[in-house]
Amino acid sequence: MNNALSRFFDNRNVLGLLFMLPAAALLLVFLTYPLGLGVWLGFTDTKVGRAGGWIGIENYEFLVTDSIFTLSVFNTFVYTVVASVIKFILGLWLALLLNKHIPFKSFVRAIVLLPFIVPTVLSAIAFWWIYDAQFSIVSWVLMKLGIIDQYINFLGEPNLARMSTIIANIWRGVPFVAICLLAGLQTIPPSMYEAASIDGASPWQQFWHVTLPMLSPIIAVVMTFSVLFTFTDFQLIWVLTRGGPINATHLMATLSFQRAIPGGALGEGAAIATAMIPFLLAAILFSYFGLQRRRWQQGGSDK
Amino acid sequence: MTRITRRRFLQASALAGATLGAPMLARDSHAQELSFRPEPGAKLRVLRWKRFVQGDEDQWMANTRAFTANTGVEVTVDNENWEDLRPKAAVAANVGSGPDVILSTNDDPHQYPDKLLEIGDLCEYLGKKYGPWYPSALAYGKSGGRWIALPLGSGGNCMNYRESHMNAVGFKEFPMDTDGFLKLCKGLKKNRTPPGFALGNATGDANGWCHWLIWAFGGKMVDEQNRLTINSKETAAALEYARELYPTFIPGTLSWLDPNNNKAFLSGEISLTSNGISIYYVAKTSKDPKLQEIAKDMNHAVFPVGPVGHPTMSALFFTCVIFKYTKYPNAAKEYLRFMMEKEQYEEWQKASIGFVTQPLTFYERNPVWTVDPKHTPFKYSCKNMLPNGYAGTLGAASAGCIADFIVVNMVAEAASGAATVKDAISRAEKRAKRYYR
Repeated sequence: MNNALSRFFDNRNVLGLLFMLPAAALLLVFLTYPLGLGVWLGFTDTKVGRAGGWIGIENYEFLVTDSIFTLSVFNTFVYTVVASVIKFILGLWLALLLNKHIPFKSFVRAIVLLPFIVPTVLSAIAFWWIYDAQFSIVSWVLMKLGIIDQYINFLGEPNLARMSTIIANIWRGVPFVAICLLAGLQTIPPSMYEAASIDGASPWQQFWHVTLPMLSPIIAVVMTFSVLFTFTDFQLIWVLTRGGPINATHLMATLSFQRAIPGGALGEGAAIATAMIPFLLAAILFSYFGLQRRRWQQGGSDK
Repeated sequence: MTRITRRRFLQASALAGATLGAPMLARDSHAQELSFRPEPGAKLRVLRWKRFVQGDEDQWMANTRAFTANTGVEVTVDNENWEDLRPKAAVAANVGSGPDVILSTNDDPHQYPDKLLEIGDLCEYLGKKYGPWYPSALAYGKSGGRWIALPLGSGGNCMNYRESHMNAVGFKEFPMDTDGFLKLCKGLKKNRTPPGFALGNATGDANGWCHWLIWAFGGKMVDEQNRLTINSKETAAALEYARELYPTFIPGTLSWLDPNNNKAFLSGEISLTSNGISIYYVAKTSKDPKLQEIAKDMNHAVFPVGPVGHPTMSALFFTCVIFKYTKYPNAAKEYLRFMMEKEQYEEWQKASIGFVTQPLTFYERNPVWTVDPKHTPFKYSCKNMLPNGYAGTLGAASAGCIADFIVVNMVAEAASGAATVKDAISRAEKRAKRYYR
């Protein structure tokens, strides 16, 4: 008996499972359960202060016909795509610059991280003043310079409001991308660049055929995170516009909160939040399968 | 459960009088007195909305300390931004634990009436002694005939305007009707001292004036039977009016949230907006001579009456609720009773220069309304206001419509020309249908 037990525990598979148990339990309690609860709520008509009943996909049937929801999906996509692309380009550019030998290197690198360190709510409030319809510093300066003759309606005109919130998001997100890519750049062995230059590669060719392929695994990870953060952004919008003007900047996350908590429709709010999951999964799958191709990294061509 | 002991009450109130240093005034000997005997060892946790004016919090805490001195009941008071209070209260209601007493706003209590302690004895007593309650107070306090919340009063809402700017465009008095109001706004705009009313997703300010506007023309979301009636020619008339009004506003009101109009008014950018007494409070209590100047020049007026012919203002409403799960229901009731009695309530109103407008007729006599004539227009806010979800009942549907900004979005769309009047209405109707089904 004893022997069998010890053999049982000596089994690699059993031991592996055993060691994984605490982590699995943590994930189950703190990730799977809340997520499952949220998904389940989306299939009910639960209201604040009142338990709901199962109503199947009624919430989703309504949401498809709800002009505010479809607008929020559109807004979320514009917000995520535009902000992520610009964050990537700016972040990569910044990383390449920081990778060069510049004076006060570590100081500059620390400074770059600042927007990321400041709590979002704080920077959002700063932007709220910058974009204020009456007190905007930007408008004030441009007025004094005689470039414009009335204050810019940063958050009051739908497309301008979208642009303004995206800029605030980019300002906040670039440091994360830049610092991560910088870390990636420093792992690329200098010998590769030496070999490339001996072969007569131009700086552009070096970037295209050495830097980018070597960097692509880290790009995949960084951009996955960046897209996830942007897609689920909440605080920035909530402080700046509350989803206004006339819902032009409502994201799925903010609409979900507005309906669920102040509005009391927990079921419907949960359904909106659940509706974000497929998009997020798609983003993750895209970056994993799209950007992590071994052949490409090794300089071969994709088949 | 409830023990009415006259002697105990007299002891308590005598002590209260002594601690506050104010002699008890003689009362009508027929007025029924009531007190609740706090459970032995009772402790209370109170969660309230964060002050809008400093004096409110200071006096509320002073009154609370007096209560503790009288009864020995320890009370801890937590403050929370009024919009964050809603989720906290909802969680407390759902999980059945948390603060014993919550100072709640608008229709929140009507979202979970079953979780709240019936407080009919307390409210009937106060109604008899200081009442009657105004209709708005009854609407917010009762659910299906049960008293579930103690009406504390409304955050009075008035037109805030600059007297000199109004005079400059030929108005001696603030207009009483919507036609005059439009004329005034047009004049102010022409004179480059424009008005400004929030049209962003501003829970308090935008909902306040947008509902006034729709109601003033006879439009309403639902009728008495909670049937949708927003799609009406009255609503259309209100939106046509909004189309004429909007161009007179300062640019950018579509993005305005709750703090914007306060900032713009206090910096002199606008000369007319709708707000509680908080703008005046800031200007009056400030040491800045510029703000002092504004305090001197500004005044308040009740919302103009529209074609419907009766006042239709809308305001934030405050109630106190006791959760059923509390271990000390009598201590909680005694606390609320104490806070609503004249000695405490009047001082509290005074300290907040009338930020909270009384729900009971008796307090109309509070000198706070006459000590400064600029306070007077707030005096009847509770009397004149219509509850959320008018003319239907309060509940999940009315709260949902407000939180989803259905009326605000409709007015903003029509006023700014983002949609035609017809489209704006039918969109609002479609959205509201979801809540009233």
